[in-house]
Amino acid sequence: MPSAVQAKPPGGQKRVALFVTCLVDLFRPSVGFAAVKLLEQAGFTVEVPEAQTCCGQPAYNSGDRADAQAIARNTIAAFEGYDYIVAPSGSCGGMLRCHYPELLAEDPQWAPRASALAARCYELTQFLVDIAQLDALDATFPSRVAYHDSCSSLREMNVKAQPRALLGKVKGVQISELAETEACCGFGGTFCVKFPDISNSMVERKTADIAASGADTVLAGDLGCLMNIAGKLKREGSNVKVRHVAEVLAGMTDDAAIGDAE
Amino acid sequence: MSTDRDRMLATIRAGVSRSVTKDMPKPAPVIPRRGQLQGRALVELFRKQAETASATVAEVARAEDVPAAVAEYLRGRNLPPQIRLAPDPRVEALDWKSQPMLETSRGASDGTDTASVTPVLAGVAETGTLMVHSGAPTPNTLHFLPETHIAVVYADELVGTYEDAWTQLRAKQGGDLSSGAMPRTVSFVTGPSRSADIGKILLMGAHGPKRLHIILVDAKRPTH
Amino acid sequence: MLHPNSNAFTAESTKAIADPQLQEALGVLRTQSIPNRLKAANNLAEFEQLRDRARDLKDHILGHLDQYLLQFEEQVKSSGGQVHWCSDAESARQTILKLCREAGAKTVTKGKTMIGEEIGINDFLAENGIEPVETDLGEYIIQLRHETPSHIIGPALHVTKRQVEETFREHHTDLDAGRSLEEPAALMAEARAKMRHRYFEADVGITGANFLIAETGSTVIVTNEGNGDLTQMLPKMHIALTSIEKVVPTLDDAMTLLRILPRSATGQELSVYVTFSTGPRRQIDPDGPKAFHVVLLDNGRSAYLGGPMQEMLRCIRCGACMDHCPVYHAVGGHAYGWVYPGPIGAILTPALVGVENAKHLPNASSLCGRCESVCPVRIPIPKLLRHWREEEFTRAITPATQRTGLGVWAWFAQRPAMYRLAARWSMRILRWSAGARGRFKSLPLAEGWTRHRDFPAPQGKTFQDQWRARSRR
Repeated sequence: MPSAVQAKPPGGQKRVALFVTCLVDLFRPSVGFAAVKLLEQAGFTVEVPEAQTCCGQPAYNSGDRADAQAIARNTIAAFEGYDYIVAPSGSCGGMLRCHYPELLAEDPQWAPRASALAARCYELTQFLVDIAQLDALDATFPSRVAYHDSCSSLREMNVKAQPRALLGKVKGVQISELAETEACCGFGGTFCVKFPDISNSMVERKTADIAASGADTVLAGDLGCLMNIAGKLKREGSNVKVRHVAEVLAGMTDDAAIGDAE
Repeated sequence: MSTDRDRMLATIRAGVSRSVTKDMPKPAPVIPRRGQLQGRALVELFRKQAETASATVAEVARAEDVPAAVAEYLRGRNLPPQIRLAPDPRVEALDWKSQPMLETSRGASDGTDTASVTPVLAGVAETGTLMVHSGAPTPNTLHFLPETHIAVVYADELVGTYEDAWTQLRAKQGGDLSSGAMPRTVSFVTGPSRSADIGKILLMGAHGPKRLHIILVDAKRPTH
Repeated sequence: MLHPNSNAFTAESTKAIADPQLQEALGVLRTQSIPNRLKAANNLAEFEQLRDRARDLKDHILGHLDQYLLQFEEQVKSSGGQVHWCSDAESARQTILKLCREAGAKTVTKGKTMIGEEIGINDFLAENGIEPVETDLGEYIIQLRHETPSHIIGPALHVTKRQVEETFREHHTDLDAGRSLEEPAALMAEARAKMRHRYFEADVGITGANFLIAETGSTVIVTNEGNGDLTQMLPKMHIALTSIEKVVPTLDDAMTLLRILPRSATGQELSVYVTFSTGPRRQIDPDGPKAFHVVLLDNGRSAYLGGPMQEMLRCIRCGACMDHCPVYHAVGGHAYGWVYPGPIGAILTPALVGVENAKHLPNASSLCGRCESVCPVRIPIPKLLRHWREEEFTRAITPATQRTGLGVWAWFAQRPAMYRLAARWSMRILRWSAGARGRFKSLPLAEGWTRHRDFPAPQGKTFQDQWRARSRR
C-alpha cells in the first residue's frame, strides 16, 4: 500500500519548530524522531532550535519565578520566527501557551513576544488534527490500547479527541477507555518525589484502572506521566507496555517500550 | 461604635480601592429556561421535580377534595389520623368535618404532632420546591417538627422559577422586602429531610419531616 | 481547632494512606460525589453559564464589599437584629460568650458552621460552662468521637457506618445494649430521638450562614436535615456566625449562587431546606427566637482584597474541589491539619494561619487542575497554589536542598551548550548503569521515586545529539 500521507499543508512548506522537551531529549529521543516523522508526513519542514533546554516548569511550579522568567525568555528567543511550535507534550506545550504570557505579563518588552509565541504553540496530536488536518497515517499496531489523558493536555490544552481520532487511523488499534479519564496519574513533576506516598496512591489507582481496562498497551502524550505509570506497572510486575502515542502514530515501535528490557 | 468595625471597614475599603473588580458591574441573572412554562406543562414539571426529590404528589380538582385526600394519604401509609392545621384560611377553612376519622388541631407545634397540613406561598416547578414562610397563620414549627408535612398548593400558587416565587412574596408584602418587610423566615423546601452523614448512605427523615406530601389543587386559592 | 497542625501534613498523609477504614470511607467520593455532581451539571442546560455569572457576581461583590456589608448591617438593624463586627477569632468568641450569658445560656444547639470551627467556639463555650450541642448528624457523630470535620459539607465523611454504630453504643448507654443497629436507618432514628429534646432545652441556637442578603438583612442557611432550622427557630436567641465574604446584594442574586451550590456540593437540584432568616420573632409570630444576632468575622480575609489572592474569597464552600481532588482522595481531610481541607484549604489555610504554618499544603498538589474545572465560581486554584509556592520561595521557607537543586538545574537550563553537555554525560552514565534491564529498582538521590516505582532508564544518546549528528550527515 502506498504511503498514505498528505501532500501539502495549506500555504506550502511551513516551518515547524519542534520543542522536543527535556524528558524526551534525555530519556526517550525516539519520541522526538517519531514527532519529526509525523510532522514531515503532514508536509511541514521541521527544525529543532539548538538553544532550547527545558520549558522552565520545575522552577515555575516550585515558586522560583525569576528563574522561570529567565528560562522563558531564552525559550521565546529560540523559537521566534517559526510558523508553529509543536511539543510532544501537553505539559510543556501548556507551559508555553498558557503560562508564559502570565509569567511575563508585567514585562512590557517580553509580554507581546510571549503572547505571540503562545498563539503559535501546539501539542503534537492537537497540531496534527486541528492544524495539519492529517487524515491518514501509515502505521499498524495490532494492540488493545488505553489512552491516558495528561492533566495539562486535557485541561490546559483541551486535547482529548485528537489523539483518539489519530489512533483510530492506525491499523489494528482497539481503544479501551480507562474508568477515570479525568484523574491525574500522580506524576506532577517534582510533586511525585516530594510526596511519594500520595503520588503512589494516585498511580496505584491508575494502574488498577489500566489492569481493569484489559489493555495491553498504555499510551499518552506526556512522557512524565508515562515514566510514572511505566515505573509503577514494572514494580507491580505487569506485562502492560507503555509508549508515547507518537511512536504508535509514526509506526516506530521497534524500540523497547518504556521501562522494558531491550 | 466598635473599633473592630472601624478596623474591618478600613481594611476592606483599602482592599476594594485597589481591587481590579471595583468597577465590575453586577452581572444580569441567567434564569433557566426549564421553568419557563405554562399550564399543564408547568404542573408536570413541578410534579416530576418534587418526586425526584422524594416528595409525593397528589392532584385534586377542587379545594373541597383536600380533606379526603389528606385522610386517604394517612390511611394509605398507616399513619395516625391526627393533623395539626395551619391557622390559615387556605387550610383551616376547608371542611375537615367531612372526614370524621381525622382528629384536627390548630396552631404552632410543640413537637408532639405527627402530621401537619400547611399552605404554601408558592410551588416552584424548576426544582419541585415549596416556598413557605413564617407568620401567624403559618407557624414555622409546622414545616419542620412533625414527621409528616402535608402541603396544599393551589393552581395559582404554582410558578416556574425562584424569581417568580420572590415576585409573589414581594407582591404580598407590598412590593419591597427590605426594612423588615421580609417575613421572619422564608424557606425553600425541596423534598423531605435527609442525611447522608452515616457512611454516605442517603436516608430520609434526619431532623425534619420524614415525609413530604404535596396536594396540588386544580383551582385558585380561596379568597377571604 | 485553633492551632494549625498543617506542618505535619507529610507524616499525617502517610498515616492516612495506611488507614484502611479511612480509605474505605473515602471511596464514596469517586463512586458517588463525582458522578452525582456531573449528573446534576449535565441536567441543567445553563449550568456553565451560571458558573460564569456566579464568578462575575462574586467579583462584583468583592469589589464593593464595604457597601454591601453596610447595607446588610442597616437592614439587620431595621428588622430588629444586631450585627457584631469581629476582626479576629478572639473577638468573635468573646462576643458569642457575652450574648450567651445575656441569654442565661446553659446549653447551645449548633447548626453546621465552618466559621465555628475556625474560631474554636465549641471548646471555648465548654470551658466557660456552656454546653455546645452539635445537631447536624455528621457533626454530632464527630462531636461524640472528639474529632474535627474532615470535609466541609460531610464532616463525618471519614467515619464508616460500623464506626458510627460503635460510637453510638459507647455514648448512648441509657439505651438497651441489645438493640439492633445493623440498619443505617436505625442509627439515624436513634440520633433523631436523642436530639429532639435538646432543641427545646437550648437557650441559644448558633448556626452558620451560607449567604447574607444586603437587600433584606437576611442570613441564609442551606441544609438537608432540617437541624439548622430547628436550631435557629426553637431557642430564644439565634446567633448566625458568618464571615464577611458571604454577603450578596439581593434575594435574586442569591438564587444564582443557589442554582450552582447544591448541584456542585451534593448533586441535588436544590438542597432540601434553604432558609432566609430576617430579624427576631415578630409580634404576630407564634414561634421563632426573640433575639437575632449576626457575628461577622474577618479573621484576616479583608487583607486579601485587592491582592493576588482575592479570587479565593469567591468560594461558596461547596466542597466540589475536595470531592474531585486526587490528593484529598488519597489522604482525606484531617491530614491538612486545620479547618479547611482539600484544594480550597491549601490556599485558604496559608492565608488565614500564615504560609509558614502551612508550608506543605500549597506544594502537596500535582497541579492537575481538576478542582478548577469543577469550581462553581471558577477559582483558579492551581494559580493560587503557585502564588503561595512563590511566597515560600521568596521567603526561603522552601527547604535549602530543594532551593540548591533548583538553582543548579536552572543554571544549566539557561545555558544551552552546558545543558547539552551535562545531559549527554548524565544520560550516558544512567544508560550504562541500567545495562539492558531498561529500568532501575533503586537509584541514588531518587528514593522519592524508587520507593514505590521503578525508574525507566534513558535510551542512551540524547535527541539533540542524535539530531545534530543526523543533520551533519
